[in-house]
Amino acid sequence: MSDAVLATIDRTPEPGMGVFNKKLGMWVFLLSEVMFFTSLIGSYIILRYAHPDHFAAPGELLNVNLTAANTFLLICSSVSMVKAFAAIQQGDLKGLQRWLLVTILMGTAFVSVQAYEYIMLSHEGFLPGLADYTAHAGGPLYGATFYVMTGFHGAHVSLGVLALIFVYIRALRGEYTVADHEGVEVIGLYWHFVDLVWIILFTIVYLI
Amino acid sequence: MSSAIPVGDSHSEDHHDLGFIRTYIFSTDHKMIAKQFLVTSLLFLALGGMLAAMIRWQLGFPGQPLPFNLGAILPDTMAPGGIILPEFYNSLVTMHATFMVFFALMPLMAGVFGNLLIPLQIGADDMAFPRINMLSFWITPVAGAIMLASFFVEGGAAGAGWTSYAPLSTSGEWTGVYLGQILWLVSLIVLGFSSITGALNYVTTVIAMRAPGMTWFRIPLATWSLFVTAWLLLLAIPILTGGLILLLLDQTIGTAFFRPEGSGEPLMWQHIFWFFGHPEVYILILPAMGFVSEVIANRSRKPVFGYHSMVVAIVAIAFLGWVVWGHHMFQSGMNPFLGMSFMATTVVIAVPSAIKTFNWIGTLWKGDIHFDTPLLHAVSFVALFVIGGLSGIFLASAPVDIYLHDTYFIVAHLHYVLVGGSLFGIFAGITFWYPKMFGRMMNETLGKLHWGVSFIAYNLAFFPMHNLGVQGMMRRIYDPNQYEFLQSLQSTNTFISKSVFVFVSVQVLFAINFFWSMRKGKKAGDNPWDSNGLEWACPSPPPHGNFAEIPIVHRGPYEYSYPGREQDFWPQNEAPVESFGASTKPEHKPGE
Amino acid sequence: MNLSWIMPESVSTFGPALDNLYYVILVITGIVFVVTEVVLVYFMIKYRHKEGRKATYIEGSSKAEWIWTSATAVIVMALAIYSKGIWDEIRHPDMFPENAYELNVTAKQYEWNAAYAGPDGQLGTSDDIMSRNQVHVPVDQPVIVNLQSEDVIHSFFLPQLRVKHDVVPGRVWPIWFEATQTGEFPLACAELCGLGHYRMGGTLIVHSKEDFDSWLSEMQIEAEDDE
Repeated sequence: MSDAVLATIDRTPEPGMGVFNKKLGMWVFLLSEVMFFTSLIGSYIILRYAHPDHFAAPGELLNVNLTAANTFLLICSSVSMVKAFAAIQQGDLKGLQRWLLVTILMGTAFVSVQAYEYIMLSHEGFLPGLADYTAHAGGPLYGATFYVMTGFHGAHVSLGVLALIFVYIRALRGEYTVADHEGVEVIGLYWHFVDLVWIILFTIVYLI
Repeated sequence: MSSAIPVGDSHSEDHHDLGFIRTYIFSTDHKMIAKQFLVTSLLFLALGGMLAAMIRWQLGFPGQPLPFNLGAILPDTMAPGGIILPEFYNSLVTMHATFMVFFALMPLMAGVFGNLLIPLQIGADDMAFPRINMLSFWITPVAGAIMLASFFVEGGAAGAGWTSYAPLSTSGEWTGVYLGQILWLVSLIVLGFSSITGALNYVTTVIAMRAPGMTWFRIPLATWSLFVTAWLLLLAIPILTGGLILLLLDQTIGTAFFRPEGSGEPLMWQHIFWFFGHPEVYILILPAMGFVSEVIANRSRKPVFGYHSMVVAIVAIAFLGWVVWGHHMFQSGMNPFLGMSFMATTVVIAVPSAIKTFNWIGTLWKGDIHFDTPLLHAVSFVALFVIGGLSGIFLASAPVDIYLHDTYFIVAHLHYVLVGGSLFGIFAGITFWYPKMFGRMMNETLGKLHWGVSFIAYNLAFFPMHNLGVQGMMRRIYDPNQYEFLQSLQSTNTFISKSVFVFVSVQVLFAINFFWSMRKGKKAGDNPWDSNGLEWACPSPPPHGNFAEIPIVHRGPYEYSYPGREQDFWPQNEAPVESFGASTKPEHKPGE
Repeated sequence: MNLSWIMPESVSTFGPALDNLYYVILVITGIVFVVTEVVLVYFMIKYRHKEGRKATYIEGSSKAEWIWTSATAVIVMALAIYSKGIWDEIRHPDMFPENAYELNVTAKQYEWNAAYAGPDGQLGTSDDIMSRNQVHVPVDQPVIVNLQSEDVIHSFFLPQLRVKHDVVPGRVWPIWFEATQTGEFPLACAELCGLGHYRMGGTLIVHSKEDFDSWLSEMQIEAEDDE
């Protein structure tokens, strides 16, 4: 074929989902994360259903007020993440930097409050091990499921904070523009997902 | 897509700049990653085979010292004087299955062919995320090293079976294996990341990087099955990872998720494991079904019989895989009503399986069958998958399963599916796509000899296992002669063992052929099998970036022996004569 | 070499029904197996490559596919319904026989301990009669066995009675069977339970009614002598 003919041939690929690859990849990855948390939450539901005597009433051991405040903090960090993304969509690099920093600080605060909560609970004998559990209510299955679910969520938040710091450094270097800010969008997806998981965990672990 | 696929030219130029390390070790090229997976997983396959041979030595010649003075090599904690100890036997059984399932078959299916075929068959220049792809490979040897190390720690390797039923697996108190079980868990948790990162790539690549004209119903069945398998990996592996983490916590920090002394639920482990485990079974067989469809269509020069229903059957099997896990637990004490619902869903799987089987046979019907090694392996797959599928019906029937559960009937069934099915499917795949990977043909004579001896020895080894099961011989038994009613089965067991030794030994022929052909095989052209797929439209082996220009797809992948055409094949990217020079994308005909 | 597809003789009341189901499946799958493999081999020979002959271009046949899809569906659903009847007879909680003799079997690495009601007629009391690796039952009377485990999962397998049921620690699973012949029959563990799994065998001893009673009273006397 001549060059002239070649030039006229439409070589755009088949339409996928209409999003860029990294975003699609993050969606797909989050689906596998859903299954991971399903296995943990599912185990919790089975154990709680089978052994209600192991689980104390809401607020009996866990500090609901403190965690409610912490939950609010995490929700706010999702809002600031949206703000950061909206800023760079407008080309506002300063805004992006500012809101990313706010998100990082709130994420860090969330993990710190969780660490504080862990320390307080462990002093009361609320521990995951069968032999270590000495809290005045509930049983070892309560401790084990609590630490596994909130712990793996906390690990996800911590990884998210690290990723946000990475994105923040790139933002400080001015590597994002109106046209190219895929990284911000992708980390934002992850951050909202982690937030959503927490709302589910907070409901079933603390409130019910 | 914000960016169009880059055209390959720029790619092939920077190919030369890469040094040895970036080309062969930390490569991001999907074809090199496929080859890395191939060599690694074939090594694990060989290891798994040797473990199998040792298991069979004990069953065939119980209490006799291992041959070839192996006793001198193995420490006294495994086989003093060459005589296998019961605890080592349990480790052998566990590690044979673990290596075969997780380190041989899974990477052979998804790792090798997922990487090799998906970008080539859909006309992409590489995977969506090449660096994540590289990571996906490099996790495998790390996990494998952890698993291997467990043989050498105190207490030996895990011995609670590959299913690691709790509470046997929750504490070394029950098995004498402490660190080995922990390493087993850690290794599989690590390996899970390889599967997920791989699957992430396969799914994204198929969805977003198909060449123009490569509509969903023009995708070759190999890629279809790998795509569906990737979904299963993506959704099933995290479930296993979650379960493994809970089991690891029971082992290490003393939680009681699965330990009855702390009110934990041993059966919850079985539910988690099989909820992952049944999709896992399809992860191990679906890709092979895809390879076999390709090979049979190509070698009998006919379109795949009922291409659409083949796609639907793959998807149906994958869906059903999520609702049948309870049939592994009929005799566990599960609610008998629940057992019945699982029986109902399980027998339904016979329907898509039958569609696939009969459609393969329909593809051969009125064909022009070329008896090359890939075809022989592919047809063996069909013949043996029929046996594995039919024996599954016995086990799906819950009352019959009362008797056959955990006997050698199960062992026969699963080996007919996973060796007769998956492994022969893999051989079909390797022999068929070898020229694309290495640019040379494998030796036909050696290939046929390897196939013939394998096929006969395989059946002599595994078919009599059905009979052992019907006579009531339990699986995972170190010495069946402990039971008087099993003593009469010793001659059958010895015969099976000898057949297994032949089957394992003859794989050396494959290894020789594999490495010899790499340097000395006949040079293969771009399209040695006169095939239609896009993977045959680029050079063998394809350069970095694959295609000199992005191909345009005009038709489905199985237009063989199309009436009125001189050639008996019609490549997917060959431009139709009438539209030659036309400036538009090919039209998507509905129902295509 | 034993290459038989015939199951060993069954000696329980539901054994023949279960065996029949097995033979029905054996015949159906046997026919499908032979037909499929013969057709496969026949096609391989008939349609082997010959110079000058081209394959026929056939994309499929919805009619043929419908036929074998629905035929398969009908056969397997029929088998499932047939199976359900037998499963219910064996496992349905409402179908447990009422006049059954009840005993406990407790598994632990690597032995089976059976417990029978002592003089007080109650199971689980201090005067229970115990037997290790031997399970004694009367013939022609339904028996309920409460399966328990002290350590890991085992599986209570009586091949000739067509009984197999996992024994799960932390749970008590009742199962039932009725032996139709006196004699000694193998008992095995069918679930990997540790390094001694392979030798966790025992014997089921089926007595005539009179023998069973006299065995029980003998054991009572022995127990009293020990005290």
